[in-house]
Formats: sequence, structure tokens, C-alpha cells
Amino acid sequence: MTSNTARRSLVAAGPGELRRRAVDRVMTGLVWGAGSTGSAVLLLILGHIAWHGLPALNLAFFTQRPLPYGEPGGGVAPAILGTLTMLAVAAAISIPLGLGTAIYLSEFSHGSFGRIVRFTTDLLGGLPSIVIGVFIWALLVRHVVGRYSGLAGAVALAIIMLPIITRTVEEILKLVPDSLREASLALGVPRWRTILGVVLPTARAGVITGVVLSLARAGGETAPLLLTALGNQFFNLNLFGPTASLPVQIYNYAVAPYDDWHTKAWGSALVLVLVIGCLSLITRLATRRNRS
Amino acid sequence: MKALRTGQGIVVLLVLSGVFLLAGCGPSVTTSSGEPSRPDEAKTLTGAGATFPAVLYTKWFSEYEKQTKVQVNYQAIGSGGGIKSISDQTVDFGASDGPMTDEQLKAAKGGEILHIPMALGAVVVTYNIPGVTDVLKLTPETLSGIYLGEVTKWNDPKLVADNPSLAKFDKDIVVVHRSDGSGTSYIFTDYLSSVSAAWKQKVGLGTSVNWPVGLGAKGNEGVSGEVKQNPNSIGYVELIYALQNKLGVSLIKNKAGNFVEPKIETVTAAAAAVADTIAPDLRASLVNAAGANAYPISGLTWQLAYREMPDKAKAVALTRLMWWEIHEGQKYCADLAYAPLPEGIVKKAEEKILSITTGGQQAFPGS
Amino acid sequence: MQIYRLSGRRPRKRIGSLGDRQFEVATTALAVGSIAILGAIIVLLLAYAWPAVTRYGLSFLTTTTWDPVFERFGAAHFTYGTLVTSTVALCLAMPVAVGAALFVAEYAPAWLREPVSFTTELLAVIPSIIYGLWGFMVLGPLMRGTIEPLLKGTIGQLPLVGLLFSGPAVGRDIFTGGVILAIMILPTIMATSREVFRAVPDTQREGMLALGATKWEMVRHAVLPYARGGLIGAAGLGLARALGETMAVTMVIGNSSSAITGSLLTPGYTMASAIANQFTEADKPIYFSAIVEVALVLLLVATLVNLLSRLLVWRYVGSVGADVRGG
Repeated sequence: MTSNTARRSLVAAGPGELRRRAVDRVMTGLVWGAGSTGSAVLLLILGHIAWHGLPALNLAFFTQRPLPYGEPGGGVAPAILGTLTMLAVAAAISIPLGLGTAIYLSEFSHGSFGRIVRFTTDLLGGLPSIVIGVFIWALLVRHVVGRYSGLAGAVALAIIMLPIITRTVEEILKLVPDSLREASLALGVPRWRTILGVVLPTARAGVITGVVLSLARAGGETAPLLLTALGNQFFNLNLFGPTASLPVQIYNYAVAPYDDWHTKAWGSALVLVLVIGCLSLITRLATRRNRS
Repeated sequence: MKALRTGQGIVVLLVLSGVFLLAGCGPSVTTSSGEPSRPDEAKTLTGAGATFPAVLYTKWFSEYEKQTKVQVNYQAIGSGGGIKSISDQTVDFGASDGPMTDEQLKAAKGGEILHIPMALGAVVVTYNIPGVTDVLKLTPETLSGIYLGEVTKWNDPKLVADNPSLAKFDKDIVVVHRSDGSGTSYIFTDYLSSVSAAWKQKVGLGTSVNWPVGLGAKGNEGVSGEVKQNPNSIGYVELIYALQNKLGVSLIKNKAGNFVEPKIETVTAAAAAVADTIAPDLRASLVNAAGANAYPISGLTWQLAYREMPDKAKAVALTRLMWWEIHEGQKYCADLAYAPLPEGIVKKAEEKILSITTGGQQAFPGS
Repeated sequence: MQIYRLSGRRPRKRIGSLGDRQFEVATTALAVGSIAILGAIIVLLLAYAWPAVTRYGLSFLTTTTWDPVFERFGAAHFTYGTLVTSTVALCLAMPVAVGAALFVAEYAPAWLREPVSFTTELLAVIPSIIYGLWGFMVLGPLMRGTIEPLLKGTIGQLPLVGLLFSGPAVGRDIFTGGVILAIMILPTIMATSREVFRAVPDTQREGMLALGATKWEMVRHAVLPYARGGLIGAAGLGLARALGETMAVTMVIGNSSSAITGSLLTPGYTMASAIANQFTEADKPIYFSAIVEVALVLLLVATLVNLLSRLLVWRYVGSVGADVRGG
């Protein structure tokens, strides 16, 4: 099936054949070029982040809070803490919702209603995150909570995470063989216990994959947080008030003129990329093991 | 195996969180003079708004926290954001250099909003022209011409008339303005509207306008960032941003015909005329002021608060903060190139602060 | 005795054990959550946008003036920016992404497939703000200093096409926005295209090769035509991603609502970046309403594109949503 076979089966070499071979070589080269472009660009970007970001990483960076405009020093600790707390709350909201929906879709859905749910989940997943930010502002910041808050930010992140968890887990649950379910039921185990005690644990790797994927995505979101959690120079564990986050911190620091802030922006980017990169690597390895 | 790894992950996360919590609650900076917070006072306040005074405010709030342990979280999202946030009651106080319009005041959700002046500043026209060392001189005609898109090159005859060293500089002017709702823009467009009929008719004044030309950047920081990054660019920012980033500061021809440098003295000169005749609601414009030494693009910056604040703890905290700002806070202005409030305006600001009520009673507990 | 049908198809009557009914109700309730959220989004957005919708009507979509002072709002400028940046992004990304997918599906030696796939997909995982940071600090100056003058000097000199590259090269413009978007949608298109190529049956390939075709000819005549519909779907998914992209574009596009020229080198706005910049600062009610209307338009457009492309891809690959991350 390789081109060697093709070449050997060619009849006498005519003038056209040289041209065809030349075209083939050129296209092969282009395709190889395209293949390496993606990796090259990635290495370029990661290289810049590492190069500019490493000088920023010191103890103060991780433990102190920002200083007044123009004064060099300080750190982004409130932002790191804020991102972690908002992600934790977002996960607490979206994991039960996502798991429940996925279980429903894979175990209970009857035709049209299941299709509608799947459809809307996909639509939700395709929404621009800024639109979700606008929605949460209108719902929570303007009305229910009444002020910019980490809680609003966490809910926005939860909405972003939900479709990812739902779809990933549903696919995984569908892969669990029916024989397992049948065996459990044959033993007299109630259906709900079968799902929670047999099906879900079997699919554990996939569930973790879905959760980690969604965390990686939500951790890097900026636009919705600009409109909901605002930001904070102080440490804030109270989610009913404005909360700092790493992506928003990067944004504010990047567009400013202070060189010290630029370095911190790169440093924050480095931290973010490292965390998200590790998460993706773990999921990739986990799913590969699952497949084989 | 999987469970083990998940468990380890959770432990790591807990340890990390512990580290941050310790760092957060850890050694706070020692206090200097200043009264510690009262038991009936809120420990945190949230404010949002102008980037014009942000350098001053972040310095103030950092010092205030050291002295009183009250944390004032200020987010510089632009004056438009400050007006909107206080109007929607999503923050405790707003900050703006563009006064609220009557329409905006009527639309405010929580009742009457007070404008309390905090400091004076200068909107400077900053530039980045590599290779030109003379200080740029601009007139109302050239400045409005640039921002209207009529003057497009640095060696335009109108510019060269005042700046001979630009004669050979055949480069396009890169114009930078604000992309967000900005009080700095308000002061700037207020000035352009009062010196250029064409500008007033075509663009007008406001915190957000329909700019004829130029790039948009977010915040005073964004504009100074863009000017710093782009050669042959021009932008308008509060004085301290140009100074902190070593960008060029232009001399502007004022109403009296003199080219004036923006600094504390010339800004104070611009405010001199206003101090006695300022309107009762303190929404005054300082642009194009009379006076030989007055800097023509000066402005007041206000903090916005509701007259009636139902939350007593917040009302106490806010009024104490504002009292500190117009008294002790003023001594931080000079270092950061803001002009302190004239005495007459301080008196009027005090009256405003004392008029803030909570549950029908005066909120300010006394100095 | 009722027989249980598993994997949720249809049993109406059943003998359930204790707790089964409640569990099913619970999960159904949770599943309704997605529908409720989507419904709430549409309702709330419509409610806030209503004053602007009634005041400006359809002219909102065609007017280019965005004037908060004189209260004339038209989103045409933002729509133009969104369309042009997405088009530029697609034009730049499609050849590279399809080429890379071809590489992984047809050309690469077995040991290279996984690493190349992985590194290209890692591009999808990098958060948008980091692209914005890189674009703002690295790509922008590169564009201004090197690439755009080059393009102006070459393509810019040609008649007609040259208009695309006229005007001063500042680096913060629609073109840079398009380039950064191209990098961001590359992995989405590549991953989907790769699946599409894998779905082409081997019989097609073997047939061509038996006839004596070169590798490229085989690809061109057997694989590509078969995959055409799926590739369009992949492009659509990439487009859907590009439409909603906010932060990276905001930081490089220049954020200016000055007049629409034909040139790619002018600063501009996209719908998403307009919302991000102006949402928290729209200090007049009608101004705010206009911004929310922009969000509504964006929601509708993004949803439409998403729907159509998923349909296309599904027909060719057989499972919906090849990349849940792309959105």
C-alpha cells in the first residue's frame, strides 16, 4: 500500500511520469511541512512563555499580594488562590450535574427527550464564553447576589464545564458492556445501585478524564470572569465578594506599561500552562491505557 | 492505582491550599500611626472605576490597610465602569473623572448619588517619537486635527510650525485612544469640544465616543502601554502614567496663549478659578481654564457614593475612608504628581461626606 | 414478569427495586438542567437587549456607526470584524490543518503519528488569554516590524488585491487578529479532519494505487473527494470556535470603531471583543442594551454555525462532536 508498490508497478517511464513524481515529491514535502507547523508553533509559544516567565517565578510571586501601581515587587498569590477556589466550587456544581445528566442520557433516555438534552448540551458547549459571562452578570451579579462575586464567577465556570463533563462521561458510560449491568441485576442489585456501584466505577478513568478536561478548559477562561468575579488585590476566601483569578491578572498586567507587570504576566502564564499541560498529559496517558 | 493517584492529587492540592492560606493570613504589615478599625465598621470595601487616579488610589488603599486594617479592594475598570457599577449597586463606591449626567443620576438604582472630589490631575498628551528629543508643542488646532484624522503625518506643516525638529520626520501618526468608558476620555473630549467646533459637532464629549481614528486600548495603563510599544504614536493619559514610563509629555497652548507644561502648579492654577464658584453638586469642569499659567486639560476626579446607605457597617467604613482620603490622603498626592485639593473644595467635600446617612442618621462617626 | 431492556430503551412497565424510580427522577431532573440553563440565557439576554431591539430594529445589523454620545448604535462594524477575522483565520488555517491531518493519516511513519497529533492538539488546550499575551507581546511587534511591511511591499503593490494591505502597518489590526485565530483553530480543524480521513475506506486507496497512482494522486483523487463534506464540517467547527474567541482577539485587534476600509491592516473590533471591552462600562441604559443585543447576535450566529457543522461532520464520521474542547 505504499508508494513503493505503486512505483514498481508503473510501466515504462514516459515524460509525464517525471512530472507526476515531481508533483508527488513537492506535495509530500508540503504535507510534512504542514505536519510540523503545528508542533513548531507550539514550541515557539511555549518557548516564549518559558523564556519570559521563568525570571518572574520566585517565592514572593507565589505568596505575596500585588503592590500599588508602578511599584515593582509583590506577587500574584491572591489570583492563584482565587482561581483554585473558584474552580473547586465550579467543580462541585458541575460534576453532580454533569454526571447526573450523563447517567440519564446513557441509562434512561427514551428517544426524543434524550435527543433534546443532548442537543442543548452541545449548543451550550458551543456558546462563546463571553455570552455566558453576560448571562451570569444579569442573573447573579445584577440581581441574586447583588455584587461582583467569586460565586458568580464559579457558576459561570460551572456552565462552561458542564457540557464537557456530560458528553465525555456519556460516551464512556456507553462503552461499559451490558453484560456487567445484566450480571449485577441478575444478582438482585437494584438498578440505581448497579449504576452507581458497578457502571460508574468501571468507567472511573473516563469520568476523571472528563472532569480534568473541563477543569483545564475552565482554568484558562478570562472573559466571563471579567464580568462576574471582577478582581481583588487582597486575599479573599469569601466568595460573596470580588475574587482575583490568574487569567484576569494576566490580562490586566499584560496591557499595562510596567515592565515588572509584564514579567509577572509571563510568569503567571507559565504557571497556568504548566498546570493545564500536566492535566492534559495525564488525561492523554490515562485514555491511552484505557483504549489498549 | 487510579485511586492512589487521585488520593495523592488531593493531598497535594490540600497542602498547596494550606500554604496559600498561611501566606494570606500570615505576617501582615505592621501598623504605623492611624486609628485601627472600629467594631461597627465593615472590614472590606469594594470600589471600581477610573484608571486616572488608580496610581494614587492603590497607594492610598495600601497605606489605609496598614493603618486601619480595612481592606479596600479597588478595581480600575474605567470611569464608565465605575458609574455603571455604583448605579447598579454592585460595588460600595464608584470612581470617575467624568461626572455623571443628569440622566445617569436619575437612573441610579439606590437613590441620590454624591460626587466627592478626591484629587486633581492632568490629562497629558504623551508620545513616543524615536529620534526626536525636543519636547512636543501642541495647539488646540493641531491636537484636534490629529484626533479628527485631519493631521496624519508628523511632518504636517501645522505641527512643524511649532516644532521645527519634526520637519524631516515623514512618518504616519499612530493615534491611541481609550477603548473602554473613561473619565480621562471625558476630560480630553471635554477639552477638544471646547476648543474645536468641528470636534464638538462631529464627536462630542463623553466617557465613550465614536473616535474618528486610532487604536483603542484599555485603561490609562493600556494607552501608555500602546504608546510605549508603538513608535510614532500619540495618546492621552494621566500625568503619572507618562512619568512612570518615561514617555514624552507635550506642552499645550492654553487659553491665554502660553505653552504650558502639565505639573502640580499648573493644574492647581487651573483649579484656582473654580474653587469658589464650584456648583453645589461639585460636578465641575476644569478644562480650558483662564489664567496665564493654567494647564488646559486638567480635571477633578470623584468618588461616587449613595447619600443613603442602608448597610451601617459599610456606611461607617466608607465615610471614614473618604474623610481620610481628603485629609491624610492628600499628602500622598505630590509624590505621584497629582495636585491636592484646594482648601475651599476640601470644605465642600467634607459637607458631602457628613451628609451621608444610614438609617436616617449621619454615617460618619466623627474624626 | 417484565423483562428489563437495558441501555435505556423504552420499558414503560417495570418491576423496579426500591429507589430506582427516585434515582431515575433525580437524573432526569439534573438532565433538564442543561435545557433550563440554555433557556434562561436566551430569555435574560433578550430581556436586557429588548430596548435596543425595539429602538433600532433591523438597522442595528446594517449601521456601522457606534456612537454612545449621540446614541446611534449599529453593530455592522463588529460583525464585519468578526467575519473578516474568521475568514482570514480559515484561509490560513485550513491548508495547514488539512495538510497536517493528511500527514498524520496518510504520510507519517507510525511512530510519529501520536507525537504530532498530541503536540498539535496541545495548541487547543492553551488558554485564550495566553494566546492574547503572546499575540500582544510577540506577534504584534513582529507583524508591525517585519511581516506587514513585507506584505505591503509585495502583495500590497499589486492592483486590486493590494488594497488588502494598504494603510499604515501598526501591528494591531484585523490581520493580526486573523493570524492569532488561525493558530487557535488549527488543532480543532486538524483533529476533525484526521477523523474524517480515517473514515475513508481503504478500498478507495487500494484501488487508486493498483492503478499506478503516486501517493499524492491517490490522496487527491481517492481520499479528498470522499472527505470533502467532512472537511467542510471541520472548517465549520473551526469557524464556530473562531466566532466566540474573545480575549486573544481583543488584545491584538486594535479595538477601534473607525470606518471600515478595505484593508486588513486597519484596527477593528469583533463582536466578542466589543462586548468584553464595553460591557462593564456601558453607563447609559440604551448603551448597555445595545451591547447585550450584540451578545444576542453573537449567540445566534455561533449557534447556527455550530449546528450546521456538527450535522455535516456527523454524516461523514458517524459520531457527533469529534472534539468537545472546541467551543
